[in-house]
Amino acid sequence: MSIAEDIAMMRADSFVAYVLNGLVQASCLFLLASGLTLIFGVLRILNFAHAALFMLAAYLAAQVITSTGSFWLALVLVPAVMALVGAALERALLRRVYDVPVPYQLLLTFGVILVIKDLIKLTWGTASRTIAEPPALRGATSVLGRDYPLYNLFYIAIIAVVAVGLWVFLHHTQFGKRIQAAAADREMASAMGINVPGIYTAVCAAGTALAALLGVFHGPMMNIHLDVDHQYIVEAFAVVVIGGLGSVPGALVGSLLVGMLDSFGILLIPRFQMAFIYMVMAAVLIVRPQGLFGPREG
Amino acid sequence: MPPARRAALGLFLSAGALALVPLLASPFRLLFVTEILIFSLYALAFNLLFGITGLLSFGHSAYYGVGGYVAALALIHGWTGLPGALILGMGAAALTGLLIGYFCVRLDEIYFAMLTLAFSQMLFAIAWQWTEVTGGSDGILGVPRPPLRLFGATVDLESPAAFYGLVAVVVFGAVLVLWTVVTSPFGEALRAIRENPERAAFIGIPLRRYRLAAFVLSAAFAGLAGALVAPFGRTASPELLFWTKSAEPVLMSLLGGIKVFLGPLVGVVVYLWLRDLISSYLVDYWMLVMGGVVIALVLFFRGGIAGAAQGWWAARLRRVATDGVPRDERLDEGVRPYGGR
Repeated sequence: MSIAEDIAMMRADSFVAYVLNGLVQASCLFLLASGLTLIFGVLRILNFAHAALFMLAAYLAAQVITSTGSFWLALVLVPAVMALVGAALERALLRRVYDVPVPYQLLLTFGVILVIKDLIKLTWGTASRTIAEPPALRGATSVLGRDYPLYNLFYIAIIAVVAVGLWVFLHHTQFGKRIQAAAADREMASAMGINVPGIYTAVCAAGTALAALLGVFHGPMMNIHLDVDHQYIVEAFAVVVIGGLGSVPGALVGSLLVGMLDSFGILLIPRFQMAFIYMVMAAVLIVRPQGLFGPREG
Repeated sequence: MPPARRAALGLFLSAGALALVPLLASPFRLLFVTEILIFSLYALAFNLLFGITGLLSFGHSAYYGVGGYVAALALIHGWTGLPGALILGMGAAALTGLLIGYFCVRLDEIYFAMLTLAFSQMLFAIAWQWTEVTGGSDGILGVPRPPLRLFGATVDLESPAAFYGLVAVVVFGAVLVLWTVVTSPFGEALRAIRENPERAAFIGIPLRRYRLAAFVLSAAFAGLAGALVAPFGRTASPELLFWTKSAEPVLMSLLGGIKVFLGPLVGVVVYLWLRDLISSYLVDYWMLVMGGVVIALVLFFRGGIAGAAQGWWAARLRRVATDGVPRDERLDEGVRPYGGR
């Protein structure tokens, strides 16, 4: 069925298909943006290398799956390894630039992108690769009389679980509250006996692990190649800016909005669907720079 | 030597050096030098906003790209000759800068950077999808270089040497204009805004208007660089507008040193030269080395190359004369603020 016909008679089943596609897109963006915004909220560094870490995780996952044949092993192993990478990144580099002007922070993380890309190229070459879905999740299922890939439904569900888990962790655990305290007022948290440097390392590790989780889950839905990070990072920025830099609920709302715009944009303004997201991003920055959920600064 | 005579000597020497290049360099090297000149203009234009005014634009590819596309369209449809295409590209970039800058100069720091990024990605997306006009992802191919008619004589621009000559004259002139702006009272006011926006506003500098003026000027000259790169590479593609093209002048300026007027130029030369050198030894892995250089730069070497050289020079002068040298603590220690005499 063509797009024109879809517009002419927006039937329930095609509408649902658009919504599901939007949700898939939103799920991907949420997992990327939540790690990005968590790191910004606590460390106050906008990590340009976040999507490059996601890409590295996807390559690692492809490697683990081709070597062992197990998707589920990759799902455990890759985020664990990438958490260590994130911790090392914070200890070795980010820690040294907390008090440095923003341009240098951006440049540092940009330098990290270059290093990661060439390390990937050195290890795995320039050929693109793919990840197969786990056998249990192959095939399609019927949604309102339309076939829809089973894996996509699983993907949406699993990321919804991660979102809820993240919310519970941040708001209802001791450690989550410590993180929020360290984010709100570093000196005060430190004076209260909270190990702030430790929390910074842990948050960078956790944010990177979230990106790695996405690297594994998103693998079956994309072609893994060396420019993947460029495509995702600016959309992830759009999400965190719309939601509010540093806000995890903002990342959720922002990713839902951008995901739906991606999906329905083709109906609303077919010609400039890609530009639509950035128009919304610019409009939010102009009207409300701190984003929909961001705390008022200063 | 008095500053005026030193400046005149510098001008004379650099013009002489530019004129000598085609005699000494092989055609291949000449292409390389042409690329350096175009990128130097781009980086210097960017740094008018960044190093001088203190606003980090992460979307300067917008103006570079608009200049490139408009010049390419003008040339391929035969609207104008090359000079006309340069003026059209520059004008279109200035206009784009005015529209975008109007919104951006209200914001600070990371929000300013993000808004400039949003606008440039918007233009990238439009160039990518508006296939009828921009050629979509392929871009505009086969941009011609029509011959230049000057005082009755006709100059064929097809040869690398002739095109180099045109680029050298245009870039030299543009850099002189930028230098004049930076050393004018207006330039002093921009530096005052950079150092302390509140205080600058308090002493009566119209903050937003001056920031917008710097924004438009910076966009115009970035657009001129783009308008040169389209006939140079004979193409204008969405790559010109992609965010990585915005990251390059940031990197090059910081590498060279943002507080010194010609710092970005040093950065461009070192960056492109390093790229050439490393990729001839390691073939594909130049990004690894460049990434290491960038990280080292941020951790240990924040004044950039020109900044370090100037710091060294200032320290030497301090040893000669005992008077203190004004320090600028905001970005890098031990480096004289640009223009502090």
